[in-house]
Amino acid sequence: MQEELFTSGRNIPNIDPSLQIWHWPISVYLFLGGLAAGLLFFAGLITVLGKDKQYPTSVKFASIVSPIALTLGLLALFYDLTHKLYFWRLYTTIRIESPMSWGAWVLLIITPISFLWVLSYYSELFPKWKLNYKWFINLEEFLQKNRKNMALVLIPLSVVLGIYTGILLSAFNARPLWNNAILGPLFLTSGLSTGAATIILLAKSAKERHLFSKIDLVLIIIELGLIVHMLMGMYAGSEVQLEAMQLLVGGEFTLMFFGFVIILGLIVPAIMETIEIMGFKVPVAVPAILILIGGLVFRFVMVEAGQITRYLY
Amino acid sequence: MRYAMVIDTLKCVGCSDCVVACQTENDVPIGYCRDWITETVNGAYPSIELELKSERCNHCENAPCVRCCPTGASHQLNNGIVLVTGDECIGCGACIESCPYDARYQHPDGYVDKCTFCHHRLEKGQLPACVSVCPTKCMYFGDLDNPNSEVSELLKKRKYKTLAPEAGTKPHVYYLI
Repeated sequence: MQEELFTSGRNIPNIDPSLQIWHWPISVYLFLGGLAAGLLFFAGLITVLGKDKQYPTSVKFASIVSPIALTLGLLALFYDLTHKLYFWRLYTTIRIESPMSWGAWVLLIITPISFLWVLSYYSELFPKWKLNYKWFINLEEFLQKNRKNMALVLIPLSVVLGIYTGILLSAFNARPLWNNAILGPLFLTSGLSTGAATIILLAKSAKERHLFSKIDLVLIIIELGLIVHMLMGMYAGSEVQLEAMQLLVGGEFTLMFFGFVIILGLIVPAIMETIEIMGFKVPVAVPAILILIGGLVFRFVMVEAGQITRYLY
Repeated sequence: MRYAMVIDTLKCVGCSDCVVACQTENDVPIGYCRDWITETVNGAYPSIELELKSERCNHCENAPCVRCCPTGASHQLNNGIVLVTGDECIGCGACIESCPYDARYQHPDGYVDKCTFCHHRLEKGQLPACVSVCPTKCMYFGDLDNPNSEVSELLKKRKYKTLAPEAGTKPHVYYLI
Protein backbone atom coordinates (compact mmCIF):
# COMPACT_ATOMS: atom_id res chain seq x y z
CA MET A 1 0.00 0.00 0.00
CA GLN A 2 1.27 3.41 -0.87
CA GLU A 3 0.06 6.55 0.69
CA GLU A 4 0.52 10.06 -0.46
CA LEU A 5 -0.73 13.02 1.42
CA PHE A 6 -1.41 16.20 -0.45
CA THR A 7 -2.55 19.19 1.52
CA SER A 8 -4.26 22.09 -0.12
CA GLY A 9 -4.82 25.46 1.44
CA ARG A 10 -1.91 25.10 3.84
CA ASN A 11 1.40 26.86 3.81
CA ILE A 12 1.43 28.44 7.25
CA PRO A 13 4.65 30.21 8.29
CA ASN A 14 6.71 28.19 10.83
CA ILE A 15 4.21 25.30 10.72
CA ASP A 16 4.42 23.85 7.19
CA PRO A 17 6.06 21.69 5.97
CA SER A 18 7.53 20.96 9.40
CA LEU A 19 7.41 22.87 12.67
CA GLN A 20 9.92 25.65 13.25
CA ILE A 21 8.27 27.18 16.27
CA TRP A 22 11.23 26.85 18.58
CA HIS A 23 14.40 28.37 17.18
CA TRP A 24 18.02 28.62 18.34
CA PRO A 25 17.22 30.61 21.54
CA ILE A 26 15.41 27.57 22.98
CA SER A 27 18.41 25.30 22.34
CA VAL A 28 20.74 27.90 23.84
CA TYR A 29 18.47 28.30 26.87
CA LEU A 30 18.22 24.53 27.44
CA PHE A 31 22.02 24.41 27.43
CA LEU A 32 22.52 27.44 29.70
CA GLY A 33 19.76 26.30 32.08
CA GLY A 34 21.36 22.87 32.38
CA LEU A 35 24.81 24.42 32.87
CA ALA A 36 23.54 26.75 35.63
CA ALA A 37 21.69 23.84 37.26
CA GLY A 38 24.91 21.80 37.30
CA LEU A 39 27.01 24.63 38.73
CA LEU A 40 24.48 25.53 41.43
CA PHE A 41 24.02 21.88 42.35
CA PHE A 42 27.76 21.38 42.92
CA ALA A 43 28.10 24.72 44.76
CA GLY A 44 25.23 23.71 47.06
CA LEU A 45 26.47 20.16 47.57
CA ILE A 46 30.08 21.11 48.40
CA THR A 47 28.82 23.76 50.87
CA VAL A 48 26.40 21.39 52.62
CA LEU A 49 29.19 18.80 52.92
CA GLY A 50 31.36 21.50 54.53
CA LYS A 51 34.14 21.16 51.95
CA ASP A 52 33.94 24.74 50.65
CA LYS A 53 37.46 25.62 51.87
CA GLN A 54 39.00 22.65 50.04
CA TYR A 55 37.15 23.18 46.76
CA PRO A 56 36.93 26.96 46.30
CA THR A 57 36.31 26.93 42.52
CA SER A 58 33.04 25.02 42.70
CA VAL A 59 31.52 27.23 45.39
CA LYS A 60 33.15 30.55 44.54
CA PHE A 61 34.73 31.17 41.15
CA ALA A 62 32.55 28.94 38.99
CA SER A 63 29.40 30.26 40.67
CA ILE A 64 29.89 33.60 38.87
CA VAL A 65 28.96 31.74 35.69
CA SER A 66 25.52 30.60 36.89
CA PRO A 67 23.73 33.99 37.25
CA ILE A 68 25.22 35.06 33.89
CA ALA A 69 24.04 31.82 32.25
CA LEU A 70 20.57 32.14 33.79
CA THR A 71 20.22 35.79 32.74
CA LEU A 72 21.30 35.05 29.17
CA GLY A 73 19.05 32.00 29.12
CA LEU A 74 16.04 34.00 30.30
CA LEU A 75 16.74 36.69 27.70
CA ALA A 76 16.88 33.96 25.04
CA LEU A 77 13.55 32.56 26.24
CA PHE A 78 11.98 36.00 26.21
CA TYR A 79 13.36 36.64 22.71
CA ASP A 80 11.60 33.54 21.38
CA LEU A 81 8.16 34.54 22.73
CA THR A 82 5.89 35.98 20.05
CA HIS A 83 3.49 37.78 22.43
CA LYS A 84 6.28 39.30 24.56
CA LEU A 85 4.37 42.00 26.43
CA TYR A 86 2.16 39.38 28.04
CA PHE A 87 5.04 37.32 29.54
CA TRP A 88 3.88 38.31 33.06
CA ARG A 89 0.87 36.05 32.53
CA LEU A 90 3.23 33.21 33.48
CA TYR A 91 3.19 34.52 37.03
CA THR A 92 -0.53 35.00 37.48
CA THR A 93 -1.12 31.26 37.67
CA ILE A 94 0.48 27.95 38.58
CA ARG A 95 -0.40 25.12 36.25
CA ILE A 96 0.81 21.82 37.68
CA GLU A 97 0.26 19.93 34.42
CA SER A 98 2.42 22.30 32.38
CA PRO A 99 6.18 21.76 32.79
CA MET A 100 6.75 25.24 31.36
CA SER A 101 4.69 26.76 34.18
CA TRP A 102 6.65 25.23 37.03
CA GLY A 103 9.87 25.81 35.11
CA ALA A 104 9.01 29.50 35.00
CA TRP A 105 8.37 29.53 38.76
CA VAL A 106 11.60 27.66 39.54
CA LEU A 107 13.52 30.18 37.42
CA LEU A 108 11.86 33.01 39.31
CA ILE A 109 13.22 31.62 42.60
CA ILE A 110 16.59 30.22 41.54
CA THR A 111 17.81 33.21 39.49
CA PRO A 112 17.82 35.71 42.42
CA ILE A 113 19.38 33.06 44.70
CA SER A 114 22.19 32.56 42.17
CA PHE A 115 22.88 36.33 42.32
CA LEU A 116 22.74 36.36 46.14
CA TRP A 117 25.12 33.41 46.21
CA VAL A 118 27.76 35.35 44.24
CA LEU A 119 27.07 38.41 46.42
CA SER A 120 27.84 36.38 49.56
CA TYR A 121 31.36 35.87 48.16
CA TYR A 122 31.67 39.44 46.88
CA SER A 123 34.61 40.61 49.01
CA GLU A 124 36.55 37.40 48.25
CA LEU A 125 35.79 37.46 44.54
CA PHE A 126 36.33 41.15 43.89
CA PRO A 127 38.78 42.32 46.59
CA LYS A 128 39.80 45.33 44.50
CA TRP A 129 36.28 46.72 44.11
CA LYS A 130 35.32 47.38 47.71
CA LEU A 131 31.82 48.60 48.41
CA ASN A 132 32.08 50.30 51.76
CA TYR A 133 28.41 51.00 52.25
CA LYS A 134 27.07 49.90 55.59
CA TRP A 135 23.95 48.27 54.18
CA PHE A 136 26.06 46.32 51.68
CA ILE A 137 28.42 45.00 54.35
CA ASN A 138 25.41 44.03 56.49
CA LEU A 139 23.79 42.29 53.52
CA GLU A 140 26.96 40.37 52.72
CA GLU A 141 27.33 39.28 56.35
CA PHE A 142 23.72 38.15 56.42
CA LEU A 143 24.18 36.17 53.20
CA GLN A 144 27.41 34.60 54.49
CA LYS A 145 25.63 33.40 57.62
CA ASN A 146 22.81 31.93 55.54
CA ARG A 147 25.01 30.31 52.92
CA LYS A 148 24.17 26.81 54.12
CA ASN A 149 20.44 27.61 54.03
CA MET A 150 20.80 28.89 50.48
CA ALA A 151 22.68 25.69 49.60
CA LEU A 152 19.85 23.57 51.04
CA VAL A 153 17.38 25.41 48.80
CA LEU A 154 19.68 25.31 45.77
CA ILE A 155 20.23 21.54 45.74
CA PRO A 156 16.59 20.50 45.15
CA LEU A 157 15.81 23.54 42.96
CA SER A 158 18.83 22.96 40.70
CA VAL A 159 17.81 19.32 40.24
CA VAL A 160 14.29 20.46 39.29
CA LEU A 161 15.75 23.06 36.90
CA GLY A 162 18.03 20.50 35.25
CA ILE A 163 15.37 17.84 34.89
CA TYR A 164 12.74 20.34 33.74
CA THR A 165 14.77 21.29 30.65
CA GLY A 166 14.25 17.69 29.52
CA ILE A 167 10.70 17.19 30.76
CA LEU A 168 9.72 20.37 28.93
CA LEU A 169 10.36 18.47 25.69
CA SER A 170 9.21 15.02 26.79
CA ALA A 171 5.75 16.33 27.75
CA PHE A 172 4.84 16.76 24.07
CA ASN A 173 3.43 13.45 22.93
CA ALA A 174 2.87 14.93 19.47
CA ARG A 175 6.66 14.92 18.87
CA PRO A 176 7.71 11.27 19.04
CA LEU A 177 11.44 12.02 19.35
CA TRP A 178 10.88 14.01 22.54
CA ASN A 179 8.12 11.87 23.96
CA ASN A 180 10.23 9.51 26.07
CA ALA A 181 10.62 9.47 29.83
CA ILE A 182 14.44 9.23 29.67
CA LEU A 183 14.82 12.78 28.37
CA GLY A 184 14.41 14.42 31.81
CA PRO A 185 17.19 12.42 33.54
CA LEU A 186 19.30 12.62 30.35
CA PHE A 187 19.18 16.42 30.24
CA LEU A 188 19.84 16.59 33.99
CA THR A 189 22.92 14.36 33.66
CA SER A 190 24.14 16.35 30.68
CA GLY A 191 23.60 19.61 32.59
CA LEU A 192 25.52 18.33 35.64
CA SER A 193 28.29 17.14 33.30
CA THR A 194 28.63 20.57 31.63
CA GLY A 195 28.63 22.14 35.12
CA ALA A 196 31.46 19.84 36.22
CA ALA A 197 33.33 20.64 32.97
CA THR A 198 33.13 24.37 33.73
CA ILE A 199 34.52 23.77 37.22
CA ILE A 200 37.38 21.70 35.71
CA LEU A 201 38.06 24.54 33.29
CA LEU A 202 38.26 27.15 36.07
CA ALA A 203 39.82 25.02 38.84
CA LYS A 204 43.11 26.27 40.21
CA SER A 205 44.22 23.23 42.23
CA ALA A 206 44.96 19.76 40.86
CA LYS A 207 42.98 18.27 43.76
CA GLU A 208 39.75 20.00 42.77
CA ARG A 209 40.36 19.26 39.09
CA HIS A 210 40.81 15.55 39.84
CA LEU A 211 37.68 15.36 41.98
CA PHE A 212 35.53 16.94 39.28
CA SER A 213 37.21 14.89 36.54
CA LYS A 214 36.12 11.78 38.46
CA ILE A 215 32.58 13.14 38.96
CA ASP A 216 32.41 14.09 35.29
CA LEU A 217 33.62 10.66 34.20
CA VAL A 218 30.80 8.99 36.17
CA LEU A 219 28.27 11.45 34.71
CA ILE A 220 29.49 10.77 31.15
CA ILE A 221 29.11 7.02 31.65
CA ILE A 222 25.57 7.54 33.03
CA GLU A 223 24.76 9.85 30.11
CA LEU A 224 25.99 7.32 27.53
CA GLY A 225 23.88 4.68 29.23
CA LEU A 226 20.80 6.91 29.14
CA ILE A 227 21.37 7.68 25.43
CA VAL A 228 21.55 3.94 24.69
CA HIS A 229 18.35 3.52 26.72
CA MET A 230 16.63 6.28 24.77
CA LEU A 231 17.56 4.76 21.40
CA MET A 232 16.58 1.25 22.58
CA GLY A 233 13.23 2.54 23.78
CA MET A 234 12.51 4.17 20.45
CA TYR A 235 13.79 1.11 18.55
CA ALA A 236 11.20 -0.98 20.40
CA GLY A 237 8.52 1.70 20.03
CA SER A 238 5.73 2.45 17.62
CA GLU A 239 6.19 3.41 13.97
CA VAL A 240 6.39 7.14 14.69
CA GLN A 241 9.15 6.54 17.25
CA LEU A 242 11.06 4.32 14.82
CA GLU A 243 10.92 7.11 12.27
CA ALA A 244 12.03 9.61 14.92
CA MET A 245 14.99 7.41 15.85
CA GLN A 246 16.04 7.17 12.21
CA LEU A 247 16.75 10.91 12.21
CA LEU A 248 19.49 10.24 14.77
CA VAL A 249 20.60 6.83 13.51
CA GLY A 250 21.13 6.90 9.76
CA GLY A 251 19.29 10.15 9.08
CA GLU A 252 20.10 13.80 8.62
CA PHE A 253 21.20 14.35 12.24
CA THR A 254 23.47 11.29 12.46
CA LEU A 255 26.75 13.12 11.92
CA MET A 256 25.88 15.83 14.43
CA PHE A 257 24.57 13.33 16.99
CA PHE A 258 27.21 10.61 16.78
CA GLY A 259 30.12 12.81 15.68
CA PHE A 260 29.76 15.86 17.87
CA VAL A 261 27.63 14.66 20.79
CA ILE A 262 28.63 11.06 21.40
CA ILE A 263 32.20 10.79 20.08
CA LEU A 264 33.65 14.31 20.47
CA GLY A 265 31.33 15.39 23.29
CA LEU A 266 31.37 12.28 25.50
CA ILE A 267 33.76 9.46 24.52
CA VAL A 268 36.87 11.53 23.68
CA PRO A 269 36.63 13.69 26.86
CA ALA A 270 36.00 10.55 28.93
CA ILE A 271 39.22 8.98 27.59
CA MET A 272 41.19 12.19 28.15
CA GLU A 273 39.86 12.56 31.71
CA THR A 274 40.74 8.94 32.47
CA ILE A 275 44.31 9.58 31.27
CA GLU A 276 44.44 12.72 33.43
CA ILE A 277 43.17 10.91 36.53
CA MET A 278 45.81 8.19 35.97
CA GLY A 279 48.38 10.94 36.51
CA PHE A 280 49.49 11.78 32.98
CA LYS A 281 49.63 15.41 31.94
CA VAL A 282 46.68 16.35 29.76
CA PRO A 283 45.54 19.88 28.89
CA VAL A 284 42.27 19.68 30.85
CA ALA A 285 40.77 22.58 28.94
CA VAL A 286 40.40 20.30 25.90
CA PRO A 287 38.00 17.69 27.37
CA ALA A 288 36.13 20.40 29.31
CA ILE A 289 35.52 22.51 26.19
CA LEU A 290 34.59 19.40 24.17
CA ILE A 291 31.96 18.51 26.80
CA LEU A 292 30.52 22.04 26.70
CA ILE A 293 30.35 22.03 22.89
CA GLY A 294 28.87 18.52 22.92
CA GLY A 295 26.20 19.62 25.39
CA LEU A 296 25.24 22.60 23.25
CA VAL A 297 25.11 20.55 20.04
CA PHE A 298 23.00 17.92 21.84
CA ARG A 299 20.35 20.57 22.64
CA PHE A 300 20.37 21.85 19.07
CA VAL A 301 19.99 18.32 17.65
CA MET A 302 17.13 17.42 20.00
CA VAL A 303 15.19 20.67 19.50
CA GLU A 304 15.54 20.72 15.71
CA ALA A 305 15.12 16.99 15.05
CA GLY A 306 12.19 16.78 17.46
CA GLN A 307 10.20 19.37 15.56
CA ILE A 308 10.50 17.33 12.35
CA THR A 309 8.95 14.25 13.94
CA ARG A 310 5.17 13.97 14.08
CA TYR A 311 2.21 11.65 13.91
CA LEU A 312 1.19 10.51 10.47
CA TYR A 313 -2.43 9.93 9.67
CA MET B 1 -23.37 19.12 26.03
CA ARG B 2 -20.44 17.88 23.95
CA TYR B 3 -20.00 19.52 20.58
CA ALA B 4 -18.60 17.37 17.77
CA MET B 5 -18.23 17.57 14.02
CA VAL B 6 -18.89 14.69 11.64
CA ILE B 7 -17.50 14.87 8.10
CA ASP B 8 -18.54 12.47 5.36
CA THR B 9 -15.39 11.70 3.34
CA LEU B 10 -17.55 9.96 0.72
CA LYS B 11 -19.41 13.20 0.00
CA CYS B 12 -16.53 15.68 0.24
CA VAL B 13 -15.24 16.87 -3.14
CA GLY B 14 -12.40 19.00 -1.75
CA CYS B 15 -13.74 22.31 -3.09
CA SER B 16 -12.12 24.31 -0.22
CA ASP B 17 -15.33 26.29 0.35
CA CYS B 18 -15.06 25.54 4.08
CA VAL B 19 -11.53 26.98 4.11
CA VAL B 20 -12.59 30.22 2.43
CA ALA B 21 -15.73 30.55 4.59
CA CYS B 22 -13.62 30.20 7.74
CA GLN B 23 -11.05 32.72 6.58
CA THR B 24 -13.81 35.22 5.78
CA GLU B 25 -15.87 34.62 8.92
CA ASN B 26 -12.94 34.72 11.34
CA ASP B 27 -10.73 37.35 9.67
CA VAL B 28 -7.93 34.82 9.34
CA PRO B 29 -4.79 36.68 8.17
CA ILE B 30 -3.63 36.05 4.61
CA GLY B 31 -1.37 33.02 4.34
CA TYR B 32 -2.90 31.32 7.38
CA CYS B 33 -5.83 28.94 7.79
CA ARG B 34 -7.81 27.36 10.61
CA ASP B 35 -9.08 24.52 8.41
CA TRP B 36 -7.67 22.87 5.33
CA ILE B 37 -8.28 20.05 2.84
CA THR B 38 -6.20 16.90 2.57
CA GLU B 39 -6.16 14.51 -0.32
CA THR B 40 -4.91 11.01 0.48
CA VAL B 41 -4.20 8.37 -2.13
CA ASN B 42 -4.13 4.79 -0.90
CA GLY B 43 -3.02 1.67 -2.75
CA ALA B 44 -0.98 1.02 -5.92
CA TYR B 45 -2.14 1.54 -9.49
CA PRO B 46 -4.57 0.31 -10.81
CA SER B 47 -6.42 -0.25 -7.53
CA ILE B 48 -6.15 3.12 -5.87
CA GLU B 49 -8.47 4.93 -3.54
CA LEU B 50 -8.77 8.66 -3.04
CA GLU B 51 -9.95 10.22 0.19
CA LEU B 52 -10.75 13.89 0.58
CA LYS B 53 -11.36 15.48 3.89
CA SER B 54 -11.60 18.85 5.59
CA GLU B 55 -9.39 19.02 8.69
CA ARG B 56 -9.22 21.43 11.64
CA CYS B 57 -8.68 21.49 15.38
CA ASN B 58 -10.17 18.28 16.79
CA HIS B 59 -11.32 19.87 20.05
CA CYS B 60 -9.84 16.84 21.82
CA GLU B 61 -11.29 15.53 25.04
CA ASN B 62 -7.75 14.96 26.36
CA ALA B 63 -6.32 18.14 24.85
CA PRO B 64 -2.49 18.23 25.07
CA CYS B 65 -2.49 21.94 24.17
CA VAL B 66 -4.55 22.77 27.26
CA ARG B 67 -2.31 20.59 29.42
CA CYS B 68 0.94 22.19 28.17
CA CYS B 69 -0.19 25.82 28.28
CA PRO B 70 1.79 27.60 31.05
CA THR B 71 -0.68 30.47 31.53
CA GLY B 72 -4.09 28.87 31.06
CA ALA B 73 -4.73 30.85 27.86
CA SER B 74 -5.61 27.55 26.18
CA HIS B 75 -8.68 26.26 27.92
CA GLN B 76 -11.64 23.97 27.37
CA LEU B 77 -15.27 24.97 27.80
CA ASN B 78 -17.85 22.67 29.36
CA ASN B 79 -19.20 21.96 25.88
CA GLY B 80 -15.81 20.56 24.81
CA ILE B 81 -14.65 23.52 22.71
CA VAL B 82 -10.96 24.34 23.10
CA LEU B 83 -10.27 28.09 22.95
CA VAL B 84 -7.29 30.44 23.27
CA THR B 85 -7.60 33.74 25.14
CA GLY B 86 -5.39 36.07 23.11
CA ASP B 87 -4.42 38.42 25.92
CA GLU B 88 -3.41 35.58 28.24
CA CYS B 89 -1.22 33.95 25.58
CA ILE B 90 2.52 34.69 25.77
CA GLY B 91 3.33 33.09 22.41
CA CYS B 92 5.68 30.46 23.84
CA GLY B 93 4.62 27.89 21.23
CA ALA B 94 4.18 24.99 23.70
CA CYS B 95 0.64 24.28 22.48
CA ILE B 96 1.77 24.24 18.84
CA GLU B 97 4.49 21.74 19.72
CA SER B 98 1.98 19.62 21.62
CA CYS B 99 -0.68 19.37 18.88
CA PRO B 100 -0.45 16.15 16.82
CA TYR B 101 -2.63 17.75 14.13
CA ASP B 102 -0.63 20.96 13.68
CA ALA B 103 -3.95 22.77 13.99
CA ARG B 104 -2.57 25.88 15.68
CA TYR B 105 -0.51 28.76 14.36
CA GLN B 106 1.06 31.95 15.64
CA HIS B 107 -1.10 34.90 14.57
CA PRO B 108 0.99 37.76 13.08
CA ASP B 109 -0.07 39.76 16.18
CA GLY B 110 1.82 37.25 18.34
CA TYR B 111 -0.79 35.15 20.11
CA VAL B 112 -1.76 31.62 19.12
CA ASP B 113 -4.89 31.11 17.07
CA LYS B 114 -6.95 28.17 15.86
CA CYS B 115 -10.41 26.86 14.99
CA THR B 116 -13.04 27.77 17.60
CA PHE B 117 -15.89 25.68 16.11
CA CYS B 118 -17.21 29.22 15.40
CA HIS B 119 -18.05 29.61 19.06
CA HIS B 120 -19.43 33.14 18.41
CA ARG B 121 -21.91 31.78 15.84
CA LEU B 122 -23.01 28.88 18.07
CA GLU B 123 -24.00 31.39 20.75
CA LYS B 124 -26.40 32.95 18.24
CA GLY B 125 -27.82 29.55 17.33
CA GLN B 126 -25.98 29.40 14.01
CA LEU B 127 -23.82 26.58 12.65
CA PRO B 128 -20.03 26.96 12.23
CA ALA B 129 -19.21 28.87 9.02
CA CYS B 130 -17.56 25.87 7.34
CA VAL B 131 -20.58 23.62 7.98
CA SER B 132 -23.08 26.20 6.83
CA VAL B 133 -21.47 26.77 3.43
CA CYS B 134 -20.55 23.20 2.46
CA PRO B 135 -22.10 22.74 -1.02
CA THR B 136 -22.24 18.92 -0.79
CA LYS B 137 -23.58 19.01 2.79
CA CYS B 138 -20.84 16.61 3.88
CA MET B 139 -20.33 18.28 7.25
CA TYR B 140 -22.54 17.83 10.30
CA PHE B 141 -22.32 19.55 13.64
CA GLY B 142 -24.10 18.91 16.92
CA ASP B 143 -24.21 17.58 20.45
CA LEU B 144 -22.81 14.09 21.06
CA ASP B 145 -24.41 13.91 24.52
CA ASN B 146 -27.82 14.01 22.89
CA PRO B 147 -28.43 10.49 21.52
CA ASN B 148 -30.99 11.79 19.02
CA SER B 149 -28.85 14.51 17.46
CA GLU B 150 -27.84 14.23 13.82
CA VAL B 151 -24.18 13.60 14.70
CA SER B 152 -25.04 10.86 17.23
CA GLU B 153 -27.34 9.15 14.74
CA LEU B 154 -24.67 9.24 12.00
CA LEU B 155 -22.02 7.75 14.30
CA LYS B 156 -24.47 4.98 15.26
CA LYS B 157 -25.26 4.08 11.67
CA ARG B 158 -22.01 4.64 9.75
CA LYS B 159 -18.42 3.46 9.94
CA TYR B 160 -16.11 6.23 11.08
CA LYS B 161 -12.55 7.06 12.10
CA THR B 162 -10.76 9.79 13.97
CA LEU B 163 -7.31 11.19 13.20
CA ALA B 164 -4.27 9.76 15.01
CA PRO B 165 -6.30 8.16 17.85
CA GLU B 166 -3.02 6.52 18.92
CA ALA B 167 -1.89 9.96 20.13
CA GLY B 168 -4.37 9.50 23.00
CA THR B 169 -6.09 12.84 22.45
CA LYS B 170 -9.68 11.53 21.99
CA PRO B 171 -10.43 13.82 19.03
CA HIS B 172 -13.98 15.07 18.42
CA VAL B 173 -13.97 15.52 14.68
CA TYR B 174 -15.22 12.27 13.18
CA TYR B 175 -14.75 11.13 9.58
CA LEU B 176 -17.33 8.82 8.00
CA ILE B 177 -15.65 6.28 5.74
